[in-house]
Amino acid sequence: MKKKNIFLRIFSFYYEGFRSMTVGRTLWAIILIKLFVMFVILKIFFFPNFLKSNFDNDEDRSKHVIEQLTNPK
Amino acid sequence: MTETFDYSLIDWSRGQFALTAMYHWIFVPLTLGLGFIMAIMETIYVRTGNPEWKRITKFWMTIFGINFAIGVATGIILEFEFGTNWSNYSWFVGDIFGAPLAIEGIMAFFIESTFIAVMFFGWNKVSKKFHLISTWLVAFGASLSALWILVANAWMQMPVGMKFNPDTARNEMAHFWDVLFSPMAVSKFTHTISSSYMLAALVVIGISSWFLLKKRHLVFAKRSIVVAAVFGLVTSLFTILTGDYSAKVIARHQPMKFAAFEGLYVGQRGAPLVAIGVVSSTPEDPNNENIKDFVFKLEIPNFLSYMAFQDFNAFIPGVKDLMEGNEEHGIPSAAEKITRGKLAIDALAEYKTAKEAGDEVKLTEAKEILDQNFQYFGYGYFVDDPSRLVPNVPLTFYSFHLMVALGMWFLVFFAIVLLLVYKGKISRSKFWLTIGIVNIPLAYIASQSGWVTAEMGRQPWVIQDLMPTMTAVSRLDTNAVITTFILFAVIFTTLLIAELRIMFKQIKLGPKQEGGH
Repeated sequence: MKKKNIFLRIFSFYYEGFRSMTVGRTLWAIILIKLFVMFVILKIFFFPNFLKSNFDNDEDRSKHVIEQLTNPK
Repeated sequence: MTETFDYSLIDWSRGQFALTAMYHWIFVPLTLGLGFIMAIMETIYVRTGNPEWKRITKFWMTIFGINFAIGVATGIILEFEFGTNWSNYSWFVGDIFGAPLAIEGIMAFFIESTFIAVMFFGWNKVSKKFHLISTWLVAFGASLSALWILVANAWMQMPVGMKFNPDTARNEMAHFWDVLFSPMAVSKFTHTISSSYMLAALVVIGISSWFLLKKRHLVFAKRSIVVAAVFGLVTSLFTILTGDYSAKVIARHQPMKFAAFEGLYVGQRGAPLVAIGVVSSTPEDPNNENIKDFVFKLEIPNFLSYMAFQDFNAFIPGVKDLMEGNEEHGIPSAAEKITRGKLAIDALAEYKTAKEAGDEVKLTEAKEILDQNFQYFGYGYFVDDPSRLVPNVPLTFYSFHLMVALGMWFLVFFAIVLLLVYKGKISRSKFWLTIGIVNIPLAYIASQSGWVTAEMGRQPWVIQDLMPTMTAVSRLDTNAVITTFILFAVIFTTLLIAELRIMFKQIKLGPKQEGGH
């Protein structure tokens, strides 16, 4: 019998693996919800990168940090 | 200079980071240790061909999977916090963190997407040996993944292998191998992973003890206990050895933390080790609320000196020696370090001004002063209140002693369990089986205490001697930090409840009956 293409074999390995999961389905649901909450809600709305969002380039970021280090207020 | 800081913001930022790091650490150690335990079990299965071992392996793999799935990506929150709440720190550490964390991210991705998939989906689809190799690679991969974040943490405790660039205010990696193999990195990695292995062994024994008490799956439970107890005994010995090495490294490179471990205020030759102690609530020094005496203590003479320097008469500096200095032992005072730190900070300001003015002479002068005094850079922020250089001694003392006491207890427990197994009495020893269950929360308490000791003991530093916590923090609205603190508390508690519910359900179901490979 002719062997399946390697990519098809890998795909079917994962596909069958996911299909035959029991507790894994619940876990994947938790993982996906968690990743959504972390990357879509928390990261965007609560955790913008302070230096990237307040300064345009690395030079300005450096100046800001030096100011913070030498003249903290 | 300390009076210019908003300590409410700093405390909430620290609290938020501690909350997320401690919740993250609930999931990590079990993943690190259980990986090896199930790899050992699967090895026995492959060598013996006995399907009972496959059943045992698959059950613990399910527990591993639940813990892994709930815990995965919880560490990413810490990286979010670096960028938002600790932006000065993130910038200052430069590429020292970038390289290890990038390696960790890439390794974790490849390990998680390939070998974990083979481990869970590959039964009966790949050869026994390939499956076994995948399981071992998952176990080694998880520990290697932990290596990089621990290297980054160790660098914060003992910054080496870098050069500070005053143009960018960033530390640049100068010697990668110095960062990777610094004594702090070696001790932190080996102690952290070995203690995690021990925790996993205790979890396996605890759950198996429950099965024995319920008189269910007896063969499964007894075999699991044997593997876990042997693994636990070996790793607890290794934990004690690496803990001893960690203490030696800390005594040399973080003497204030070491003094706080033992509540040692006045240094002495032949310093005793406080085996048990109760710290007084009365301040010994009215100028420093962190300095307190003991109400009661039980000491082992000269042992602290031996533990630190392998010399029963070695001098161990106390908090006062480190604050006031000790000429005889060549210990500079905090005041001297503060003066040099202030020189370094002023030189950085001068460097910036000279650069903007294009004044090459002043630029060179400022650079020279900065380089000469950079090792004390962070001390310059404590001009107004040097007492803040002392960590919270009671908290460090108690967390350290709790960790050590529990670690010693676990070693004894593993030995007792193996003795009971050897005598064939384990399934009838209700007392020790109950203790086995009680040890599960104790293992987590010990593990968390270790981190409390490491992180509280090094205060006020976020990077030892170079950056105090107060300058690392981003100037955000305190209320915003309080909001995210509460948000995280809710999210992580929900995740923990989910983990416990799913795990308890799987434990109640027990291992599945099934045939061989």
